[in-house]
Amino acid sequence: MNNAVLHVSEVQKSFGGLRALTDIELQVEKGKTHAIIGPNGAGKSTLLNVCIGRLPPDSGTVTFDGHLITGRPPYEINQLGVARVFQTPEIFPDLSLLQNVMVPAFAKRDGTFRMSALSSLEKETDLRDEAEKLLEDVGLLQFYAKLASSLSRGDKRRLELAMCLIQHPKLLLLDEPTAGMSRHDTNRTIDLLKQIKERGMTKVIIEHDMHVVFSLADRISVLAQGKIIAEGTPDEVRGSPRVQEAYLGGAH
Amino acid sequence: MVKKVIQKIRKAAISDPDFEVSTRQLPPRGPETKPMTPVDKDWIAIVAFTIIILAMPWWLQPLGAAYPDLMQKFAIYGIFALGFNLLFGLTGYLSFGHAAFLGVGSYAAVWSFKLFTMNIIPAVLFAMLVAGVLAVVIGFISLRRSGIYFSILTLALAQMCYNLAYSVLTPITNGETGLRVLRDDPRYLDAAFGTEHQGVLLGSLFGERMVGYPGFYLCAALLIIAFYIALRIMRSPYGMMLRAIKSNQNRMIYTGFNPRPYMLTIFIISGMYAGLAGALLAITDPLAGAERMQWTASGEVVLMTILGGAGTISGPILGAAIIKYFENIFSALNDSALASAFSFLPHSVQEFVVTILSPFVGEGWHLTLGLLFMVIVIFLPGGIMEGIRRTYRFLRGHGRGSKSQTDLQAAE
Repeated sequence: MNNAVLHVSEVQKSFGGLRALTDIELQVEKGKTHAIIGPNGAGKSTLLNVCIGRLPPDSGTVTFDGHLITGRPPYEINQLGVARVFQTPEIFPDLSLLQNVMVPAFAKRDGTFRMSALSSLEKETDLRDEAEKLLEDVGLLQFYAKLASSLSRGDKRRLELAMCLIQHPKLLLLDEPTAGMSRHDTNRTIDLLKQIKERGMTKVIIEHDMHVVFSLADRISVLAQGKIIAEGTPDEVRGSPRVQEAYLGGAH
Repeated sequence: MVKKVIQKIRKAAISDPDFEVSTRQLPPRGPETKPMTPVDKDWIAIVAFTIIILAMPWWLQPLGAAYPDLMQKFAIYGIFALGFNLLFGLTGYLSFGHAAFLGVGSYAAVWSFKLFTMNIIPAVLFAMLVAGVLAVVIGFISLRRSGIYFSILTLALAQMCYNLAYSVLTPITNGETGLRVLRDDPRYLDAAFGTEHQGVLLGSLFGERMVGYPGFYLCAALLIIAFYIALRIMRSPYGMMLRAIKSNQNRMIYTGFNPRPYMLTIFIISGMYAGLAGALLAITDPLAGAERMQWTASGEVVLMTILGGAGTISGPILGAAIIKYFENIFSALNDSALASAFSFLPHSVQEFVVTILSPFVGEGWHLTLGLLFMVIVIFLPGGIMEGIRRTYRFLRGHGRGSKSQTDLQAAE
């Protein structure tokens, strides 16, 4: 599979005596949506944390777009084109919604650091237009001047999604993007994520909501107790007896 | 008319979550919907600030503070607090060792007087350079940690500077006596240009000696420039990044920013502001002592900033002025001054009032300041500026929800 954007190879990770990840092999193809599902504590978030540079793996490598990213700081990994939506929304609570979305846009344009102390924020009309467009896409434009801390949890999630999307990442990692959302908002988010797919963005998504998984995923990996126990298209995974066992705790 | 309608829509859009209109046209762009852009407002702020500062000799008269020595202290400590606030107000990193930069700035300025010339321009530049270099060192070490650990590291390093000034660095600092300008110092530049100095040696700008009103106007002019630069920084993308670091450093890292260079640069800028303030202290009184670097001086600037309002542009300057006012005017009040102030009361009542109030003035001015500080922190966590803002909003009819803030600055 030479088309793989993200390649996780033989990754191991333990916390003390607990083996969180064992020999993880994962290849995510360009432009596809790859879902990782599995019961609580299976190691899904740990896997994402390894990909994003938050946790160093004990052994094994993660390659993104031809770059070895294991051990590199998170901001460099982001600059290569990886963005992440967190399980608990990581936003800038003390900034306005518009500023929240503009900050990542600056990161995309200016790199990890730029001394722009004497230029004016008001002159950045291009970035502002872009930020407004993204806020409109996620349905938050009418709150653009509000503080992000005033949003509901579901809205914070959508804001975080906008913050990631404005960077046009090559790879978007989503950790339960619809948790805490109403059915209506969940469907809107699914539509939004489908649109992104049409733009050719690769996504890795962790989700408990099977409705979301099956409406979005091209491929699914099932993680249980730190191991990938099944991988395939949604139909293959749905039919797999091992998966049903892991989820339903079937008897041996 | 159109303006009013659009404003109404915007208001509704911001306050009512269920509000649905064709949102695309909502954020008003272009001059017809923005009667006043923040850039214009900033110019008004700068002009107003300039007038207020330059007119201090008049409006401070009734407060008994309109003499140059005190007013230049207002300006100098205003610059100090302004710089401290750029670090603390924007990024939330509480430096407890900023007095080190103040002290080092003073020493550097005096050395410039001793070695180069009595002209103040090299003294100011040299002081800012030396303070900046010290900020690189201290910042590089202390910015490895955040929160309380950062504060402790800056405190420790500043106390180290203070103790070094008294011990091994005595050849440079002249220890307890303090560093002063002497008649037989080399002053190579002055010697080369054949400049002669008569009378007491004082910093001068092209022959004008920086004492009395010229001294005050020099400090005031630099305060205005410092204010302008601070405002520009706060309004810049760089300032927004610093706020973002304060708000959520984690997100910043996963957004592709390296917070370290941001923190280090603002720490250096902040240190250079303190160096400038230190240089001005040395210019208006060419004597530098190590006590300027003690931790109490670092604490004072924290107090000034929080009293006035951390994160606001003019709050720290106000806080600095209030503390210096207390230190110089309030501390000079005594029982007889109180007695004459309350002489309109019957004698027994007057005696009673004076007895009650006398612990709070004169030697006891710290007590009053402490109480004021407590009241501010408890009831107005945003400092005096928050009090002013609340009063303003109250007077405008309980806020009416029409905040004049614009969208990009809304989060201040």
